[in-house]
Amino acid sequence: MESTPIQFSVNRQDRTVTTPPDRPLLEVLREDLQLTGTKYGCGEGQCGACSVLVDGKRVFSCKTAVSKVAGKNVQTIEGLADGDRLHPIQEAFLAEGAFQCGYCTSGMIMATVALLNEKPQPTDDEIRAGMNRNLCRCCTYPKLLDAVRHAAGRNSGRAEVGR
Amino acid sequence: MNNDLHTTNSLSIIDEPAVDRVGFDFAVDRRDFLRTLGAGLLIVVSGGSALAQVPGGGRQGGGRQGGSGRRGGGGGFAGGPPPKISARVHIAQDGTVTVMTGKVECGQGARAELTQAAAEELRLRIDRVHLLMADTANVPDDGMTAGSRSTPSTVPAIRQGCAAARDLLVGLAAKRWNADRAALTVRDGKVVDAKANRELSYADLASAPDAADLFNQVPGRDVTITPVKDWAVLGVPTPRPNGRDLVTGAHHYPSDIVRPGMLYGKVLRAPSYGAKLTSIDLAPAKAMTGVVAVQDGSFVGVAAPTSYVAEEALAAIEKTAKWETAPHPSSKTIFDYLRDHARGGMPANPFADELAKAAKSFKQTYHVAYVQHAPLEPRAAVAEWSPDGKLTVWTGTQGPFGVRGELARTFGLSNENVRVIVPDFGAAFGGKHSGECAVEAARLAKAAGKPVKLRWTRQEEFTWAYFRPAGVIEAQASLDDQGNLTSWHFVNVNSGPSSIETPYKAGKARSQFVGSEPPLRQGSYRGLAATANTFARECAMDELAALARRDPLEFRLAHLANNARLHAVLAEAANRFGWSERAKNKRQNIGVGLACGTEKGSYVATCAEVAIDPSDGKISVKRIVQTFECGAVINPANLTAQNQGAICMALGPALREEIRFENGRILTDAFSDYAVPRFADVPQVEVHLIDRKDLASAGAGETPLISVAPAIANAVHHATGHRLREMPLRLPKQA
Repeated sequence: MESTPIQFSVNRQDRTVTTPPDRPLLEVLREDLQLTGTKYGCGEGQCGACSVLVDGKRVFSCKTAVSKVAGKNVQTIEGLADGDRLHPIQEAFLAEGAFQCGYCTSGMIMATVALLNEKPQPTDDEIRAGMNRNLCRCCTYPKLLDAVRHAAGRNSGRAEVGR
Repeated sequence: MNNDLHTTNSLSIIDEPAVDRVGFDFAVDRRDFLRTLGAGLLIVVSGGSALAQVPGGGRQGGGRQGGSGRRGGGGGFAGGPPPKISARVHIAQDGTVTVMTGKVECGQGARAELTQAAAEELRLRIDRVHLLMADTANVPDDGMTAGSRSTPSTVPAIRQGCAAARDLLVGLAAKRWNADRAALTVRDGKVVDAKANRELSYADLASAPDAADLFNQVPGRDVTITPVKDWAVLGVPTPRPNGRDLVTGAHHYPSDIVRPGMLYGKVLRAPSYGAKLTSIDLAPAKAMTGVVAVQDGSFVGVAAPTSYVAEEALAAIEKTAKWETAPHPSSKTIFDYLRDHARGGMPANPFADELAKAAKSFKQTYHVAYVQHAPLEPRAAVAEWSPDGKLTVWTGTQGPFGVRGELARTFGLSNENVRVIVPDFGAAFGGKHSGECAVEAARLAKAAGKPVKLRWTRQEEFTWAYFRPAGVIEAQASLDDQGNLTSWHFVNVNSGPSSIETPYKAGKARSQFVGSEPPLRQGSYRGLAATANTFARECAMDELAALARRDPLEFRLAHLANNARLHAVLAEAANRFGWSERAKNKRQNIGVGLACGTEKGSYVATCAEVAIDPSDGKISVKRIVQTFECGAVINPANLTAQNQGAICMALGPALREEIRFENGRILTDAFSDYAVPRFADVPQVEVHLIDRKDLASAGAGETPLISVAPAIANAVHHATGHRLREMPLRLPKQA
């Protein structure tokens, strides 16, 4: 497909890329904008490693044509911390050690941001449902549940998984 | 003197099954070959390109000078003598301490554990040690990161090297002060003479003129390792040293590496197993701007300025490809196929006499399906050739030195002209022993004259990566009138011999592995065949307990009198779970089961509670209690996480994961068709570690998987009366 200029904001910075409009947002982020924190895991929106926020909502960037985000605000893992100060959800993941290989971590954190935007005080069932489209192949799910509870201000949750 | 250095430094990669490697039939240019050999044993000099190894992809590690020639002629530590102290520890003038290891980090926690090992012996805080991992130009060959060997082999090796370095530094201080070395202590990177109120930093001491020569020796076997009772860093919960880079997205995984002028590669794959390419026209790809297309033997690939263009280019030539296909068996008949092709046929039970006089006898067959590792980061490699024909590859592999050898052999290079750098990567689970992706990237880069990144797609990963072998297992046993095992015969066809010997006391016992002719590329997997063998054995033990009219716990414990460690973990798990109470109280469609096992020197027991949906037979795991013992615990936080992760990961092959194939095509080649565990599947998980400070530390990344599936199968029987003898476990619809 012919390249066309597409404008959008990434992590509060205006960007213009000239690219085939059907190209996946994931590839534009990684290959054109050098934002490699967002990962490829499956290419079919099944694993959530490519999760970014578009106007505050989680999307799978591997299944999103870059033309679909024209004029919109895209937020990636790189745009979450405020300088050296981590976002509270990043802090929660770090504090709980909610990663093994860490390849799913960016997507997990972005999914958590979206979940807590929508439901600041999720129940465990809501966390499971809200996070269920993100895969961790190291399966460190008990720690991930801890991290999301921690991020939601529920430190007591740990008792439910390692009692 | 090695108080708790229980194991020697010999590495045992022999434990590992051979992984089916991809054979490349490139036409090697003999002139290149001779030219590179003629260049002699040049050591690849450490340059800026080591950056990817450093957390955050930022600074160069530790100001090490490269090209010291320290590695010599390629004699590695894997099976060879231990590396010199200077190959293990480097102290820079600014005080930065860098410790080098050939091990890799892919989520199992080696970076924290090996940093702990170094910090303990060097008497440093964890954050004072920079661990340089898996850069073949700069680290000793510690063998493949596999077989749970990092803890029993590499931790002692690093401790030995660092303790030797510490001894030398104390000696240097004693010499400088003309003091009695026995009066000197070491703390926080300094040698201290408390009486004289003076101290010297490691950096000061390491700059002494004779320091370099002293470090240029192999650590003595009489080096004193810190006894367990004095551990200050080992045995303490320790987070991942570069965790911050994981939560910010700053860490560069192999698939994130970018080099100047780099292209993105794509490789043509056969439409089915065994298909041979008969013709292809590369012209449509070559006509595209910036695209390189190459055919070399059976290899066809393209490289382009973006992945998007590379895909278009590959699609353009794929249309012109002609293939000759070959017949291939189906997963529907795989177990018959493996059995029919068992090498030498199925061995007969040698204990016919015991069976003849037994009060009760038992014979059952168990099946385990092919599964894929499906690490979240697919195979990835970035390859770059220097103008003088040297090759550097960044890739995610468990065997950096093995991949270096694979690249060297394939391209006719000497090992010294190949450098493999393994940034901390996105998981492996035993699935990344080999270097096929690195070879493919290097072939494309060679054709392009530019660096090339190749990252396999999920579909390629599901189809062309090697699989955990399917298996057919036959268990036959006899019981006397007291319900004791009088004979045990166990045959595993194809899936492997790990943990095949029964830990249970039986009058006569024989366990045998028999190879077959596997139709899929197969190789290692986390826990290997210990999962299959423990599944079959533990299901059989439950059936035998029922035959003997004994409680499954009591029956096992009675046969474990000679295995105190396994006895202890099983008793502890049952106790924590409340087994005796739970096993008695039958509830509709709710069941409990247990299983245990031992592998690679560690011990595990699992109790499971399941709920069955009677409408569709769906098995839900509600609660798992697992006890685990691997000697002295090195990093309790990581060990708990490894157990939790292993339990949840094991739910996949236990309940759903199964590679299906037909006419040479993998039908389950996407996460939408191959259902790995998700948040919704996670039960209540309770892990209890038994810390045996009196025993050597064993590896623990694999064994926590092995008893999950049989505990679930046994719980399903408790709930429904159905014996399920095939992984994944499936109940008939109307259970």
